[in-house]
Amino acid sequence: MIPPETKITEQNQMPTAGTPAGKARTEARPAPTTRGHSIEIKGLNAYYGQLHAIKDLDIVFPPNEATALIGPSGSGKSTVVRCINRLHEEIPGARATGSVKLDETELYGTGIDVTAVRRAIGMVFQKPNPFPTMSIFDNVAAGLRLTGTKLHELRERVHDSLRSVGLWEEVKDRLNEPGIGLSGGQQQRLCIARTIAIEPEVVLMDEPASALDPVSTLKIEELVDELKSRYTIVIVTHNMQQAARVADSTAFLLEGELIEHGPTNEIFTKPRDERTERYVTGKFG
Amino acid sequence: MSTTTLPQVSARRRRTDKLMRALLAVATGIALVPLILIIYYLLHKGLSEWTSGGFFTTDPNGNFFGNPGGVRSAIFGTLEIVGLASAIAIPLGIGVALFLTEYGKDTWYASVIRYFVDVMTGVPSIMFGLFIYIVLVISHAGGSGFAGWKGAIAISLLMLPIVIRSSEVVLLLVPSSLREAALALGAPRWQVIRRVVLPTATPGLVTGSLLAVARGMGETAPLLFTVSIAFALTGNLNAQMNTLPFQIFNDITSPRTEVVNRAWGAALTLVALVLILNLVARAIARRSRLA
Repeated sequence: MIPPETKITEQNQMPTAGTPAGKARTEARPAPTTRGHSIEIKGLNAYYGQLHAIKDLDIVFPPNEATALIGPSGSGKSTVVRCINRLHEEIPGARATGSVKLDETELYGTGIDVTAVRRAIGMVFQKPNPFPTMSIFDNVAAGLRLTGTKLHELRERVHDSLRSVGLWEEVKDRLNEPGIGLSGGQQQRLCIARTIAIEPEVVLMDEPASALDPVSTLKIEELVDELKSRYTIVIVTHNMQQAARVADSTAFLLEGELIEHGPTNEIFTKPRDERTERYVTGKFG
Repeated sequence: MSTTTLPQVSARRRRTDKLMRALLAVATGIALVPLILIIYYLLHKGLSEWTSGGFFTTDPNGNFFGNPGGVRSAIFGTLEIVGLASAIAIPLGIGVALFLTEYGKDTWYASVIRYFVDVMTGVPSIMFGLFIYIVLVISHAGGSGFAGWKGAIAISLLMLPIVIRSSEVVLLLVPSSLREAALALGAPRWQVIRRVVLPTATPGLVTGSLLAVARGMGETAPLLFTVSIAFALTGNLNAQMNTLPFQIFNDITSPRTEVVNRAWGAALTLVALVLILNLVARAIARRSRLA
């Protein structure tokens, strides 16, 4: 019944407190900074029915960096990240062509299992979306259970994930209460914990803080900064200050085309393209 | 201090408003009259039957004189037939609804199914009875003519479109963000349905199904040509059975007052059963996280 687990690349395990010493899975762990995985997009075109949403996009997201995608509404930022984990094609009438590579693996290649792609590339959505029928614990464990992953140290993995997002102290006494009982900011961190519990290689964030208050936003941004030591992060944002705060590099999209991609401080201080300058200085969009 | 003069509502406008309000109130009152009368007659004529000895504990005996017996076999017959009909229609109906919302969506095939489901909702219930009569009763399928299970199939056909429609509405209420969240975790679609969509929709699915059960319980026409009637209590679904709607149908035309009174008691029993199911459905719906 459970589909065989397809690994795209070697899946590194996070150190877990409860792992018995000497088990095969704990050996030879690479140092966190060497963990990185890159995403390389070439000639990506995406459509919603007749609408041509992404036009011939080429971009590389380097390992262990946070890359921000900025641009006005409808510029295709979300579509780009949804093409990376192949969620785009779940929308009726939507399709994508071109090449998206995770390290050396072509994600749109024949014989690629989309569920394996999505296990390797986690995603955090704009609105916090914990599963309403599940407890806090079950929400974090959901990714592992839904993919049929048998894990002896499930409990430790859930606890570690909650610690990683700074939620542990707030929820440790009520792990069996419903996840939707948390505040919006806590729910979003719960969703991030759910995403990293399955140990992805890359984390996509689609405006993860746009539905949150400033304090929660700050927590999410600090979290992004911590997470990039372990994951490659692509973050879509409407908030230019947020891009400036969290991203190593920033890409500006306009009407489905990549206008400019460079180190964040360059994009904001001396952009090469006039349209980028007009956007980051608030003259349009 | 400057005063603003607002335009006044004309006297004619006010008169029309009053008149229309009164008309609407009267219309509501008229609509209530038959409902209240039905409940009054049911309670007035039925309650005394309930309290008479042996109404719930004896079967109709068909005697021309003396005690005509109670409705025990009719209650159990109805529960058995509707139980079997539910066992057919509810899983099948939820399955169809799942297909429509999770896979079919706006495809040509799904639209055709939706259209036929809508048509089936409007088919008179006697048609389902006739259909089963021709297909299963005349052909003596299963070695008997009239049989409980044939009535159950006729009722399940009647329940099916109700279950499909109500389930589809409820499944569409499950936010697509939850499906996407599960898909983004790498869950295969069947797991998304099993672990996320169905648990989230369960209260609504139960409500819709119970309403379909309540509807199926009161139907007489599909039983007319499929189950016929028997007096004795039986657990054999391959035989003729007694049912509440059919017993009411039979008894009410009897020349004997005792038997006519039994029809009223049976009618009250049927209404009570349907009412209980509706209350259960409401209680479950109130707990729903979706509505």
